[in-house]
Amino acid sequence: MAILEVKNIEKHFGSTKVLKDVSFSLDEGNTLAIIGSSGSGKTTLLRCLNFLETPNHGSISVRDTVLFDAEHPEREQEKDLRKKRLRFGMVFQSFNLFPQYTALQNVTLAEQLLAKERKDFKQNKKKIFAEIDEHGKALLAQMGLSERMHHYPHQLSGGQQQRVAIARALALSPDILCFDEPTSALDPELTGEVLKVIRSLADNKTTMIIVTHEMAFARDVADQIIFMDGGVVVEQGTAKQLIDNPQEERTKKFLARYTQG
Amino acid sequence: MFWTVTQALLSGLATTFQIFILTLLFSLPLGLVIALASMSKFKPLRYLMQTIVWIVRGTPLMLQLIIIFYGPGLWFDNNIWSGGTAGRITATVVAFTINYACYFSVIFRGGIEGVPVGQREAGEVLGMTKSQIFFQITLLQMVKRVVPPMSNEIITLVKDTSLARIISAYELTFTGYSFVKAAGITWPLFYTGVFYLIFVGILTLLFNYIERRLDYFR
Repeated sequence: MAILEVKNIEKHFGSTKVLKDVSFSLDEGNTLAIIGSSGSGKTTLLRCLNFLETPNHGSISVRDTVLFDAEHPEREQEKDLRKKRLRFGMVFQSFNLFPQYTALQNVTLAEQLLAKERKDFKQNKKKIFAEIDEHGKALLAQMGLSERMHHYPHQLSGGQQQRVAIARALALSPDILCFDEPTSALDPELTGEVLKVIRSLADNKTTMIIVTHEMAFARDVADQIIFMDGGVVVEQGTAKQLIDNPQEERTKKFLARYTQG
Repeated sequence: MFWTVTQALLSGLATTFQIFILTLLFSLPLGLVIALASMSKFKPLRYLMQTIVWIVRGTPLMLQLIIIFYGPGLWFDNNIWSGGTAGRITATVVAFTINYACYFSVIFRGGIEGVPVGQREAGEVLGMTKSQIFFQITLLQMVKRVVPPMSNEIITLVKDTSLARIISAYELTFTGYSFVKAAGITWPLFYTGVFYLIFVGILTLLFNYIERRLDYFR
């Protein structure tokens, strides 16, 4: 059953149409990779899902609940918008860790702030914070970063920082975890450790959308691939089918550039 | 004589310190307000602020001080500043506050704009509120960025207080110079310099401490 349903998304920046009629759906526990050259609209699509951009047309539904519908714009309370945002997690290309917090604090900050809204917060403050701390430590352990949890971001390598960012995005248990070119800002020798973590998340049936330029990785890990060009979905299909046997001319051309290189 | 000079300079220092502290107290928050207004999405407000900052930064502080102190009496026949020391100090603080708030606003704006957009976005996707993002994420990064340029401005402020002598406020430099005129002795001028050096020295230590405290992140 589809956990995410994206219908007819359009996004304009001024007179430039960055996304044109983009539709797709994603099943629970599946991984979707979005490929395409720079400027094809992949990143904008992810930003629309995370409410960092507001689409001009179309709708986004998660678990059959409409989160966004451009035809029925409601004036949203900040509180409601925040709730919707939590359906999605986001890992940025440039990590965007908070520099003044340790790895562990980066992971636990949002959960702590959210806990303050709980009714039983005042009575159980200590217990709640201890639980959040345990949760954060477990997530960092899962990322292989137990040794590094009290380090500040600038004391970590790029690969370690991105793994902290993944733990931070997982902390609020989003339905769908999004990655915006998670390894593009990394030195080649550091991409492996991040891809390994993402692969293990896929093995654990985490629902994910990954914008990436790593074709071999996409073919290997993703269940489903979308190829975008000029703001439209040119082709979508299962990973192996799309990469090994592309149907559209534009897809073939794009992939050729990668396999030759 | 030494004791007389010391006592006089200490009382001058009291005025200098008063101008310094009050100016800082008012111009810091005002500077933040002007910074936010000059980044406003509402264009007329933004242009208005930019114009004010241009005028205030583009004219001498001494001229501003003269206009603010003598202006009301000259043009409206209504000297709103009482003629005594208190009135002169108040006028000085008003002129200095406006002037320094404009300089601070530019520094603050740089500090706010210097925090990468990605920081705010990371907070947003984690479901934080606007105020949580400002207080938990942006603020400290901004403070870290503005400390070095602010320390420069604040040290300049210490010495700018000497401009108050133009409207006959008995601050430190005025007092030191008065001995040259009245008694024909010049060494109090150097002694006055020592007062400023100690004042600025203490501030420098304070700023170094703050910078060190914020050194744990980048």
